Amino acid sequence: MTPVVREDFHEILRLVKPGARVLDVGCGTGELLELLTHEKGVDGQGLEISAENVAVCLSKGLAVVQGDGDRDLDYFPSRAFDYAILSKTLQQMREPRHVLNELLRIADQAIVSVPNFGHWRMRVSLMTRGRMPETRALPDPWWATANIHLCTLKDFTDLCRDLDLRIDACSALVGGKAARPMNPDGVLENWRAETALFLLSRRTAAEGA
Amino acid sequence: MLHLTPRPHSRARARCEALTAKEVAGSKHAMARSVGAKAAVEMDGGTWRFPADQALRLDSGATLAPLEIAYKTYGRLNAARSNAVLVCHALTGDQHLASTHPVTGKPGWWDRFVGPGRPLDPERHFIVCSNVIGGCMGSTGPASIDPATGKPYGLAFPVITIGDMVRAQAMLVEALGIETLFAVVGGSMGGMQVLQWAADYPQKLFSAVCIAAAARHSAQNIAFHEVGRQAIMADPDWRGGAYEAVGVRPEKGLAVARMAAHITYLSEVALQRKFGRELQRDGLSWGFDADFQVESYLRHQGASFVDRFDANSYLYITRALDYFDLAAQHGGVLAQAFGEARHVRFCVLSFSSDWLYPTPESREIVRALNAAGARASFVEIETDKGHDAFFLDEPQLDATLKGFFSSAAQARGLS
Repeated sequence: MTPVVREDFHEILRLVKPGARVLDVGCGTGELLELLTHEKGVDGQGLEISAENVAVCLSKGLAVVQGDGDRDLDYFPSRAFDYAILSKTLQQMREPRHVLNELLRIADQAIVSVPNFGHWRMRVSLMTRGRMPETRALPDPWWATANIHLCTLKDFTDLCRDLDLRIDACSALVGGKAARPMNPDGVLENWRAETALFLLSRRTAAEGA
Repeated sequence: MLHLTPRPHSRARARCEALTAKEVAGSKHAMARSVGAKAAVEMDGGTWRFPADQALRLDSGATLAPLEIAYKTYGRLNAARSNAVLVCHALTGDQHLASTHPVTGKPGWWDRFVGPGRPLDPERHFIVCSNVIGGCMGSTGPASIDPATGKPYGLAFPVITIGDMVRAQAMLVEALGIETLFAVVGGSMGGMQVLQWAADYPQKLFSAVCIAAAARHSAQNIAFHEVGRQAIMADPDWRGGAYEAVGVRPEKGLAVARMAAHITYLSEVALQRKFGRELQRDGLSWGFDADFQVESYLRHQGASFVDRFDANSYLYITRALDYFDLAAQHGGVLAQAFGEARHVRFCVLSFSSDWLYPTPESREIVRALNAAGARASFVEIETDKGHDAFFLDEPQLDATLKGFFSSAAQARGLS
């Protein structure tokens, strides 16, 4: 049986240039780093909060540091990586704004995926049940979820504008299907995209608002 | 296949043979077991005596000559000379990494780490372990003869540093025909030597493993060492360091130093689990005998330590540790120590219950490595065994290092 590769990983794999220096924040047991190392020959580094996961990564030969994305990004030097990846983790950070800024200080580009709280399933679930949505994208009850900073697609693009970040690419992910390129400001996308994946960079001074 | 054998001077060779004879006599049982388990392991070593014109420059400004380094090797150096691993020992360790200790007859201090299928495998690696200078197992130290007086150095031995230890190791490594080390590995003081290697000889390193260490000695570390040193110096048999000439040894002082230090190597949980308030025999003695099992254990630790360790060596090596501050050597910025080591694959490990070199000390190292742009891995291993966990059975430690070494070997092109 071939291992099932997450759809967002496929999309990240497509975006990353071969041989790049990559930091995967919240790398778990290193599936994405392994994939990027094997398929794209990247020079990968991971940051992961769980000691057990780090041990798994190290036994796979990955360079991974046990640490907390909220605190430990500050210790990386500027522009040390080509890409900083934050896969479905931003909503669990204490300070998403700071984390996004840090990602784009450390790396030239950031690849960030976020579950879209504006997806129709969320809206319908909240409207009909009157309770915090529990969907396939966000399955945990409110009292058990690690997600403390959920946002909609619109909220996220607003934040990017706020932080002067440029969206270089954007795609929508819907449960198990291949990623679909989308215009993040498209009227219907905030209803349709279950998860949104962004390739971000910082606007240069010349491009400034 | 190329295999370099040392060409020690005749005096050193005689000394080396004497050690081997002692090893056999020391424990036939242990030897037989070790031969059985490691029949395929090629063991070598001896004492490398550097010619008089190759003095060791010391950080203090002094020089040390003649210089002798006692070492052991396991396995063979491959034709490409790319599989050498240097293991750096801790405060009271020595070169007997995985071979029977000539004095105690016990297995090597990291025996469980070296062998087929273990993280360090003599079938694949050429493993070198040398006694630090200032030590008492054959390398030049305070018990060696001072050429100026013809008597043991005693306190005339110059104060040494971790940097000096590493400089001497680099001389040995070069003498053995090794240009770059596949890995330099060490725990505790050994880990500090690993960091010093990365700072001073980055071009000679491919990977580095630093276990349960720190980039500098904390006030608490220094304080504990001072207790140990004062215990030794308060022993009337210390004789201002010149005890050997009189034919005595400050055994009581050294034993107390070891007892105090040994507490710092364990954790409260481990002590509680092992001994609790259990008594040696029924009832209290209503005196000062070793009523509690923990007292008896510590007394035993102290008493057996003095058989294998020299009091002056203990003073000098603890001093070297206290003086260690890698950032201070690099303008106060630790990251600058690793500025030339960006190509080195680092693995930093700490133990959750280690209060001697606690996890935040390792995190400091990792942050500096990140800041320097080095390739760093770090994990805190969950254990209640305290600082000494790196000597003990910790499956997570073994698995982590096995994975790290095998991926590094792949990157290095070692089969």
